[in-house]
Amino acid sequence: MNNSRRNFIKHSSAAAIAGILPVSLVRIATGQPSQDFSFAYISDSHIQHIRGNQFVRNWDRGLISAVAEANLLDPKPDFVVFGGDLAQMGMREELDHGYELLSKLNYDIYGLLGEHDYYLDLGEYWSDVFKREHYYSFDHKGVHFVVLNSINTYDEWINKWETPLRRMTEMSGLDNPNGSPFMLGEKQMTWLAQDLAKHSKDTPIIVLSHSPLQHIYKGWNFWTEEAPQIQALLAPFDRVNVLYGHVHQIQYNQIGNIAFNSVMATAWPWPYPSTYSQATSHLPVMTVPMNRADPFSERDATGWQLVNVHSGRIDVEFTLYDNTNRTVGFDAAAGHPVDKTFQDPRDRIIPQKHY
Amino acid sequence: MKPACILFALSMASPLALAQTPPLGLPPVPIPADNPQSEAKVALGEKLFNDARFSSTGLIKCATCHDPLMGMTDSPLLVSKGINDLTGTRNAPTVANAAYNRTQFWDGRSADLEDQSQHPFINPVEMGLENHDPILATIRGDRSYTRAFDDVFDVKPEAITMDHVMKAIASFERTMISGDSPFDRWYFGGETDAISEAAIRGFTVFIKDGRCVSCHTIEQDHALFTDHKFHNIGIGIGNIDARVPSLVGAFLQAKANGADVDVTVLTDADTSHLGRFAISEDLADVGGFKTPTLRNIAVTAPYMHDGSLATLRDVVEHYNNGGVTPADAPVTPYLAGGIRPLELTEQQIDDLVSFMETLTSPQYASGGTTR
Repeated sequence: MNNSRRNFIKHSSAAAIAGILPVSLVRIATGQPSQDFSFAYISDSHIQHIRGNQFVRNWDRGLISAVAEANLLDPKPDFVVFGGDLAQMGMREELDHGYELLSKLNYDIYGLLGEHDYYLDLGEYWSDVFKREHYYSFDHKGVHFVVLNSINTYDEWINKWETPLRRMTEMSGLDNPNGSPFMLGEKQMTWLAQDLAKHSKDTPIIVLSHSPLQHIYKGWNFWTEEAPQIQALLAPFDRVNVLYGHVHQIQYNQIGNIAFNSVMATAWPWPYPSTYSQATSHLPVMTVPMNRADPFSERDATGWQLVNVHSGRIDVEFTLYDNTNRTVGFDAAAGHPVDKTFQDPRDRIIPQKHY
Repeated sequence: MKPACILFALSMASPLALAQTPPLGLPPVPIPADNPQSEAKVALGEKLFNDARFSSTGLIKCATCHDPLMGMTDSPLLVSKGINDLTGTRNAPTVANAAYNRTQFWDGRSADLEDQSQHPFINPVEMGLENHDPILATIRGDRSYTRAFDDVFDVKPEAITMDHVMKAIASFERTMISGDSPFDRWYFGGETDAISEAAIRGFTVFIKDGRCVSCHTIEQDHALFTDHKFHNIGIGIGNIDARVPSLVGAFLQAKANGADVDVTVLTDADTSHLGRFAISEDLADVGGFKTPTLRNIAVTAPYMHDGSLATLRDVVEHYNNGGVTPADAPVTPYLAGGIRPLELTEQQIDDLVSFMETLTSPQYASGGTTR
């Protein structure tokens, strides 16, 4: 079911639905059902400056659509997360123009850094625009949110380039022998451990990062170097949800109590790493991949999402342009996220065999 | 029967033959398994299609807005006119080749011709009946009808239902097939001089710089000129952009409370512009409308779901502007991804119009409006 309808029903008959839910689903002490809420998630817009007041139109339009549609949600989400890579080359023009488009949102915005925002000036102008630190945390209706800067890397690598633009360009390359893996770095890891230590283990946690906090494919930085250590810090909590951008495709996974969900880009689609056959990759096996984008549909395999928080677990409803919308949500019985329509192999759309 | 209808009927091949061997440029007509074609059923459907007694004023029939003289539309009206000169919100889509549509109406709110045919009778701005009962009463009281229904469906008068009426009308509509246009003779028939040099140049614009073929598709052995999908191309939505959030909220509220979507979208101009969203409730469908076929387009002006563009040249300029008319109007945030400024030359625009004028089938060539 689509976003607006789903929410409308939730809105108009919440009491009726609550009355028929099995008791086992409504027992949790913190992040209570009475405090269920939603937020919109827009990511990876890659606003790209050409010259003067010209920007790449297609990337602009993707962000403009997502913003306009998120404003139509009813009831209103509590806030919007922008998941990083607002800019393409970290330029002031791009961040200014991108934030101007974002600011049409009728909601508060929590931003996080992507590598395309960061490697020109190491996130300085991004902080001015978003009015946020590079990493921070906040609490909302019983849920603890942790916002990471997961696209940091070795100081040595950062300092070795003759110009900031060269550094930005190298980091935006893929399968680039001059590249460097994403990481939090020692200082942020310490902060994360201290921040989490302040919360009881039954507090629902939602971590927002740009890159996957998993090792999926290093060549494209579907990767965060300290992923095992971060997972170890999160493991003691009963309910942890990690949302990440960067990959421009639907991925989801479950490791212990940690559910992982990716979000879509508004800019362009990206193939799954398995299509690059020269190196091994580790797409989580439970992920039902997206069907191949139709190259004649300019927005196919782009989109944005509404995230519904229920008792500390999340459903991600994807608005997918020129495609079938999908919902990937935590399934209490299965103990991991499932696609609400396509999880069973028999329910999937058969790949096109006619070319 | 009016002379025009006789002319039209004469140009029609046998409905059974049509389904199997369609005219040049078209695929076989899809016929639902539960509603096979027969000569008698088609004749009954045609009679129903042309019967004005099925409207509250006794003056409006299906053919009022789907006139064979006007390419099965009510050209040159911007939006259709029903009982007591009441106007709707949408430009009448042609019935010609509607048999190939995967959904019916501009917003696809009906799945097939059978379902579609029942709605205009009871829409307050179309044929204005309270319900379908008067139709069945009229039919049961008319011996030519009762004989025909008995012949076609093997039913006694009291057993005639709207289902039979809908099936007969749909069967008739499935004979409204028109290919064999100059374009078809040129492209599929290999007649090199069937269309002008300008039209040939226009075809190149159509499949290349104009990007038209992305949605108005052409296949290897036929062309329906539609992808059957819904796209926001920047028509009408500009009038309501700022009010979309409140319109969406109000519409969903009304729909949840049982409002008839068919009535709402045809009686409220603002809500009408929400397009496919009113049916799918998918936020990505706001202002999206079905890609119409381009066959016989030169005789069915004006254009777009609200009839807001008067000529084919206006249409090309709208696309050339990147989905806005006039050129300096703001672009809707809900615009489809495929719509962007085209930077066509004046020559290319003229050629593209010439190309579209080659899509008129022989049976509609003498009627309708032109550029």
